Amino acid sequence: MYVAAKGGEKAIRNAHALLAKRRRGNRNLPSIGLDQIAQQLTLAVDRVMAEGSLYDVELAALAVKQARGDLIEAIFLIRAFRTTLPRFGYAKPLDTAGMQVRRRVSATYKDLPGGQLLGPTFDYTHRLLDTSLGQGGVGGEGHEGHAPATQPETSVEAEPMPRVTDLLGREGLIEGAPEDDGTEPFDLTRAPVSFPVDRSTRLQALARGDEGYLLALGYSTQRGYARSHPFVGEIRFGDVEVIFEAPELGFELSLGTVQITECQTVNQFKGSATTPPQFTRGYGLVFGQCERKAMSMALVERALRWQELGEEPGAPAQDEEFVLSHCDNVQATGFVEHLKLPHYVDFQAELDLVRRMRAEHEEERREAGLKEAAE
Amino acid sequence: MTEQPLLVAEGLSKNYGPRIGCRDVSLEVYPGEVLAVVGESGSGKSTLLGLLSTELDPSAGRVSYRMRDGRLADLASLGAAERRLLMRTDWGFVRQNPADGLRMAVSAGGNVGERLMAVGWRHYGNIREEALDWLGKVEIAGDRIDDDPRAFSGGMRQRLQIARNLVTRPRLVFMDEPTGGLDVSVQARLLDLIRQLVAELGLAVIIVTHDLAVARLLSHRMVVMRQGGVIETGLTDQVLDDPREPYTQLLVSSVLAA
Amino acid sequence: MNTQAIGGMPEITYNFAYLDEQTKRMIRRAILKAIAIPGYQVPFAAREMPMPYGWGTGGVQVTAAVLGRDDVLKVIDQGADDTTNAVAIRGFFEKTAGVATTTSTTEATIIQTRHRVPETALGENQILVYQVPIPEPLRFLEPRETETRQLHALAEYGLMHVKLYEDIARHGHIATTYAYPVEVAGRYVMDPSPIPKFDNPKLDDCPALQLFGAGREKRIYAIPPHTKVRSLDFEDHPFRVQKFAKPCALCAATGVYLDEVILDDRGGRMFVCSDTDYCNTRQEAGHRGEMGVPAESASSDVMPGLNPGIHAVPPGHPVQGVDGRVKSGHDGVPVESGREGDAS
Repeated sequence: MYVAAKGGEKAIRNAHALLAKRRRGNRNLPSIGLDQIAQQLTLAVDRVMAEGSLYDVELAALAVKQARGDLIEAIFLIRAFRTTLPRFGYAKPLDTAGMQVRRRVSATYKDLPGGQLLGPTFDYTHRLLDTSLGQGGVGGEGHEGHAPATQPETSVEAEPMPRVTDLLGREGLIEGAPEDDGTEPFDLTRAPVSFPVDRSTRLQALARGDEGYLLALGYSTQRGYARSHPFVGEIRFGDVEVIFEAPELGFELSLGTVQITECQTVNQFKGSATTPPQFTRGYGLVFGQCERKAMSMALVERALRWQELGEEPGAPAQDEEFVLSHCDNVQATGFVEHLKLPHYVDFQAELDLVRRMRAEHEEERREAGLKEAAE
Repeated sequence: MTEQPLLVAEGLSKNYGPRIGCRDVSLEVYPGEVLAVVGESGSGKSTLLGLLSTELDPSAGRVSYRMRDGRLADLASLGAAERRLLMRTDWGFVRQNPADGLRMAVSAGGNVGERLMAVGWRHYGNIREEALDWLGKVEIAGDRIDDDPRAFSGGMRQRLQIARNLVTRPRLVFMDEPTGGLDVSVQARLLDLIRQLVAELGLAVIIVTHDLAVARLLSHRMVVMRQGGVIETGLTDQVLDDPREPYTQLLVSSVLAA
Repeated sequence: MNTQAIGGMPEITYNFAYLDEQTKRMIRRAILKAIAIPGYQVPFAAREMPMPYGWGTGGVQVTAAVLGRDDVLKVIDQGADDTTNAVAIRGFFEKTAGVATTTSTTEATIIQTRHRVPETALGENQILVYQVPIPEPLRFLEPRETETRQLHALAEYGLMHVKLYEDIARHGHIATTYAYPVEVAGRYVMDPSPIPKFDNPKLDDCPALQLFGAGREKRIYAIPPHTKVRSLDFEDHPFRVQKFAKPCALCAATGVYLDEVILDDRGGRMFVCSDTDYCNTRQEAGHRGEMGVPAESASSDVMPGLNPGIHAVPPGHPVQGVDGRVKSGHDGVPVESGREGDAS
């Protein structure tokens, strides 16, 4: 007697029931609300929106809940939903200079128009577990001086905050921002990618690429694999208006605001035969507050531009096909995890081959032995 | 030597931005002739080889090649398919670093057999026999046929690369510093082998080298390059024994002094 | 952050067979092109599907694009209708398209498959949709798409034979057992998906339309009906398929692909048809292998997984248990046909 590995319908149903039970956890505790997730696990929600490529806080919170906190699973849920949505058109490019800034730091200038604005950040916190949070406190009391966490979040509107790269650009010290030639950018969710790709396609792929993957690649560029001496010209995080121009209406209208993090790096460039030495840019833009991702993206983006800047190739982060083909975590997780699907048939074929080759090997050894004995 | 050239280059130039890789080079190579391109590093000789072999696109000028049917074809006018077919049948390219010219994870037999399979050979026994024959010609023992080049010494790898290139009986072979990076004794043996094969098969060869001794040993004619341009050309013995240009004189004397 | 109160969520509804009609038209265009150029990999803008990449998203998109309301769908994985992934995909189309499903190869108009070609010969009114993980036969020889595209365009397939040459040199014979490359219509070399090479001959001159979908890699390719499909080989090492020493232990079929089933931890094993529909049909027709049991006396503690296909029986008809692992104490309880419950 044996137990067949072939499961089937009922097994799936039972597994799903069990999943739902585990997700709910102890029923004596209240079920976590989507508003709680959206308000208190904001960075998880932000990451799901960023890599899910869909700005919808409510759905992202739902996905986080449905996925039991597994963010890649949540991203996957969002992507599968996003793909069914019709396209009404494309928004106008976001004007990040007009951002209502909640945080803005520059590593290249001590002070600059608009100033530095620390905003909500883990930077400079002591990474000490704060047990007051476990008792329903708001945290931040013991070790952050006296700044109460209940202080309202301010956003500075008084002074305009020009982008650092624009300041550099006025002096001609940094390459110009690419011209907008008016063509619709390639949409990698609507058309198959064919290598080599243009910069807009690269940026799209990176913007929805896996944070951990880009972090590792970005890190590798700092350690000498395609080093480009980056400075963080600026990171800014805040609210930007999304403007849509409906051809039927003939005027622009605001669809509301989205929160984004933008990182512009200023990188060294020795100059080429045709270009005098000047700084170059790496660019990162992500939904929500995802600084680590935005910075990593900028580093990798810059590394990928080696060809256009006439730099030496050879580092992993410069390899466009490699970087872009593997940056999507929904693709990656699907294909890695598909290994747990049945492969009986192929395995049977391999089993058969290995047995046959072992038998042949045995036969050869036996024959060799006989020959030796005969000699 | 017949009177019809096999390969003709006319006014070849290659610019990298304002930097000149190669400037207005014209030359002819005849069937069975070995032409050496010599010069210091940075003189443009590798760029020239790249242009002649169509691996680089010229900024100006053109390269023509006498096809098997006798017509002289402008290589730029050939389609990618025709050009690639030419490269893997009628041409060979022996690279300085064998890892660039071999498949390092494929057995010696597979390396030699690849070109045969690419032109349609589909009989395993025949492919293997031909590979064995060629391994013998380049002095690699037949029992190494199933080893991959990672297990080979530098000299053996280079000889394997030669076998891999010659198996389709090409008429023209490009060589880029084929003896570079080898010990002197290994170099001598390899040069000997190349000389013998070239004579035996009546190959035309364009060989790039910084080593005038290599040029003297292998080539009939030579071209001296400096700063992207050809400054002197002539029969090898003539150029080496009685250099016309001061720069060539300097090159020759520095070799003699060494 | 959007701070508005989060209240009741709107109901989400989907189009017939999940994909919107725009997307289906895009996929159909790719399919038509694929049919026009047999064996050529047509790039298409694969959508994100509600199942993971690598789990059949390509096949599902192709099926969704060709599926009509009158179609009868069969889904197999490893030759079986009741493997979990086959059940999940069949359930997906039942839920999103409401089409009739079957386990019978002959009744089906569209068969989506992973890793097998049915044993029963296909007819000209059928479409076989393969799920493809890696569509590029040259991928493991040359990882760059920019280069493999060239090789296909110029029909430079020497490299493929180098792989076969290496197999023979090292093992004495070609050691590729599945995803064995084929040449289609004398032109393109194609990966037939990871079917065992045993199935390769079925691709040749097949009266059914064969479509291949790779979702993650965003490629569709096709073999039109009655197309010449040749497995690559050498003249002196011709292509050969696996042979099994014994017939199926349940239905005594020979010349079919068999699964090995481990019976105990003392080396006991049996070989049974991998194509469950084929096996069941033969058993129903009275064929008995050495371990076959008469249908009436089959009980769940003998071989639950090998019972007749779940969908093959009318609703309400008792079917033996389908689950040995995930638990359930429901063995022997009647199972409703055609509904996949999702308790979550």
